[in-house]
This record gives sequence, structure tokens and C-alpha cells, in this order.
Amino acid sequence: MVDVFNALTVLGNFLIIPGLTYGSQLALGALGVTLVYGVLRFSNFAHGETMAFGAMITILVTWGLQAASISIQPLPTALLAIPVGIVVTVVLTLLIDRFVYRYHRDRKANPVIFLIVSIGVMFFMGGLIRFIIGPGDQIFFDGTRFILKAREFKQMTGLDEGLSLRMTQAVTIITAIIIVAAMFWFLNHTRTGKSMRAYSDNENLALLSGINPDRVVMITWILVAALATIAGTLYGLDKSFKPFVYMQLLLPIFASAIVGGVGNPLGAIAGGYVIAFSELILTFAYKKIILYLGPETLELDSLVQILGTDYKIAVSFIILVIVLIIKPTGLFSGKTI
Amino acid sequence: MSFLLGEHMTGGYGAADILHDCSIGVEKGEIAVIVGPNGAGKSTAMKAVFGMLPLRKGRIVFDGSDVTALKPEERVVKGMGFVPQTHNVFTSMTVEENLEMGAFIRTDSISDSISQVYDLFPILKEKRKQPAGELSGGQRQQVAVGRALMTHPKVLMLDEPTAGVSPIVMDELFDRIIEIARLDVAILMVEQNAKQALEIADKGYVLVQGRNRFTDTGEALLANPEVRKAFLGG
Repeated sequence: MVDVFNALTVLGNFLIIPGLTYGSQLALGALGVTLVYGVLRFSNFAHGETMAFGAMITILVTWGLQAASISIQPLPTALLAIPVGIVVTVVLTLLIDRFVYRYHRDRKANPVIFLIVSIGVMFFMGGLIRFIIGPGDQIFFDGTRFILKAREFKQMTGLDEGLSLRMTQAVTIITAIIIVAAMFWFLNHTRTGKSMRAYSDNENLALLSGINPDRVVMITWILVAALATIAGTLYGLDKSFKPFVYMQLLLPIFASAIVGGVGNPLGAIAGGYVIAFSELILTFAYKKIILYLGPETLELDSLVQILGTDYKIAVSFIILVIVLIIKPTGLFSGKTI
Repeated sequence: MSFLLGEHMTGGYGAADILHDCSIGVEKGEIAVIVGPNGAGKSTAMKAVFGMLPLRKGRIVFDGSDVTALKPEERVVKGMGFVPQTHNVFTSMTVEENLEMGAFIRTDSISDSISQVYDLFPILKEKRKQPAGELSGGQRQQVAVGRALMTHPKVLMLDEPTAGVSPIVMDELFDRIIEIARLDVAILMVEQNAKQALEIADKGYVLVQGRNRFTDTGEALLANPEVRKAFLGG
């Protein structure tokens, strides 16, 4: 029986908690991508860099706060800096919309043109970020590192395996729940949120109903910038901040949005967790679990991994391809928010 | 001068004109119907009145003021309601949300208007929590008309409201349209079912190739042998 608990603890510690954390980060990212797709009708390749930009501003403000010895122990100071990060990112996003996307929107450009334009924006933002903060790793986490330490867990339960919960993991999961709940409340219960859904559903009819498209577009960018900043900061807190990493995050984020049904917020969230857990389940080393649950005499030489962790990124790519072949509209049949 | 009048409208989407000196008008509490063969520019004429077609010549006068330069959404604020032929509901939103969106420009309480629409179309009350995309064709048309009524328009423009619905549903929709007209709303509609539409019309416009061919009361047009022969199938 103890073996079963040990096995469960290993699963919890190395699969479930990291999966929920990573899934929450992807879900928040995919929610932003899906909003842009639903309202503005294009795939925003600059979303990864928007996350990085928001995180960067948050980091700069965090350093300022740290220098001024302002903190909110035991929580990381970055949480205090996020609002500033959001505001600056909103301003940048709105400026980019004003000077780049609006031109093409007025011309009713093809979505492919928007997509390519967004790649341009991606490179611009990437350059801006590296110009300001440099390409290197930045660690900006402070506060209490662990809520539950593996050693304490072992002492508490008497098990051989430890379960730890890092502060960043708890913060990520809780923040994601709050943000997602707030987002759904906004979309389903406020006039502005409903007008966004209406615009996404039927642009012409929304116009006939007196819904101002400029306002819908502006609110969408504000939400997207806020979501991106939060997602980017949470990811940076949990792992570390490295500009190039956010570009690589684009693939799992798009995979999440598409798996769930692009344009569908509920789908984006489900997709985030599907992608996160798929990556972890396929690259997890099952050796310990099998040793605990298998017969006493069993000996294993390998780690019993389905895929090496190097192939992590391939998992989201494979899922993406499978979904696009079998059910291109995704699990929740997307298209409108 | 009519309550709503499109005068000498000439224009089209590209280089070629679709409408040629076409005039259409409707009074308060009246039903005006535009009929004619396929490609006669019926829907185009209505879109022109609503500002969805660039006009080279002519003007639109509504409630005593010239609205020719206004965008469609600005005309909605002025009191014009428009129900497009297709894609006229928010399919992913519930019936009630559709009605709410119809009243988007209003800042006062809309619950009275919603119950008014439910009185007019009782089935919508039953289905108010259902996404409009899940409703039948006739019910969707009711949602579409209900959505347009939410702003309390002074004129309601309907582009083929009975397209694709059964004859029974068509009769019912026409009954509802008469009821709406009795509320002192001017109704301008384009209809494929010319005979039935002219029966309820106070005024009828027969368009051919973007020009006014016959203009008279509905009754007179139905009695006109030329109109009967050419457009009503005898």
C-alpha cells in the first residue's frame, strides 16, 4: 500500500503539478491567440513576443521595486509589478494596431496578409525586447520559494517520495483560475463582452446593431495584452525569462488554441491542458512508478520513457497535425468567441 | 413627401449601375413591398435606401431629413431597422442575447421591449436560452425581426423575410408584419412571394432591371392584368 502512495506522490510531484502549471500558462497564452482570431480573424504570430514584452516590462518594474525594498512577502514582487507591465503592453499593442493592423483592416485585407504582418510585428517586438533587456537569462523571482518542501512532506507522511509545491506553481494555477473565470464572466455577462461575441459571430449584423467595431477591436487588444503579460510573467517566474523561449512557446500555444477549436475560449483552456499533459505524459520517466507498483524482483535499466525530453516540442507539433487532419475545427468547434 | 423616400436612386457596386433612377417610398403604419423578377435589383434598391450601396445620383430622405450621407449604422441610430436576408442572427448567442444586441445603442432599460417582442413571437420566449443557430428557419426569422425591433425603429426594412420558410410559417410571418405596421411602423420589404406579399401591401413597387416599372397600391397591382401576366404567373 505504501508503494502505491509513493507511486502516486511521484506522479503528483513530477507530472500533475508541473502539468497543471504548464497547462495554465499555455491556456492563458492560447486564450489571447483565440481572442485575436475570433475578433480580428487572423493568427497572431506576435503573441509570443507580446508575452515576452509584457514579462520584460514587469521584470524591469520588479527590479525597481526590489531596489526600493518594496515587497509583498511571501509572494513574488513581480505580482505587484504586473499591472504596470499590462499598461505598458496595452499601450504598445494599441500603437501597433493603430499604425500597422488598422491600415490593413481598413482595406479589408486577406487574413493571410494579417498573418504575415503579424510575423513582421513579431520580429520587431523581438528586436525591441533584446535591445532593451538583452538576449540573456533573467531571474526575477523572489519571495518564498516553496509552499511545501519535499523533505517536509516526507516527514509529514513518512513516505520515501517527496511532494513539493513551489510558490510559482501555486501562483500560476490560482492566477489562471481567477483570470479565466473573470474572462468568462466578462464575455458572457457584460454588455461589452457580449458585443465582442456578437462582433466575432457576425460582423455585419453587429454593425447594424450599432456595435462600434473600433471599440471592439480596442477592447480585444487590451484584453490580449493583459492576458499575454500575465501569461508571460507567470511563465518567466516559473522557469526563467529568456526572450527566445517565448518564440518557441508559440508552437504549443497555437497547438492549444487549435486543439480546442480556434476562436473558442473554452477550447483554448482545455487545449492548453491537453497539450501540457500530452507533452509530460509522453516524456515522463515511468521507471520509479513501475518499480513501486511492479513485483519486488523487477529490475529496470532504462528510464521507461516513451519519448526523450528532447522531443517535447515535437509532441505539440504531432498533436497539431493530427487535429488538423482529423478534426480541423478542434474539440469545441471553434470560429466564434 | 413620404416618411421614408429613396428618390431617383442611381448607382451600383462597381462601374456598372444596377439601379437607374429608381424611387421608393413608404409612409408610417404602411407596408410597402418591392417585387420583380430575379436580378431586378429589388434587394439592391433596399440596400441603397439603407446606405449599403454607393449612389451616384439621387437622395434618401427619412423623417424629414436628408440621410444620404449617413452610414448604415448611423441610420440605425436615426430610427431605421434592417433585417438582412441571410446571416441575420448571431448564431452562437442565445435568443435573448440576440435581442439584447439589437438594443445595443439604447441606454435605457430594454426589458419592456424584450417582453414586447416575446408577446409578438411567443415561441421566442420559450427558446430564449437557446442559441439562435439551433432554431428552425422560421424561428430564426422571428429572432431576426425581433432583433431589429429592439431599437423601436420608425421604419423596418425586411429583405425577403420569408425566404426558405414553409407556406404556413410565411402566412404567420406576414400576420406578424401587419401587426408591427399597426404599431405605426413603416415597413419596407422585398419579397419573392409576390402574390402573397402584395395582398398585405398598401403600396407595391414592381422593379425591372433596376427601374420602376409599376407603382401602385397592392390591390391595384394584383388587379392589373399586365402585372399579373408578367410577374404573378397569370
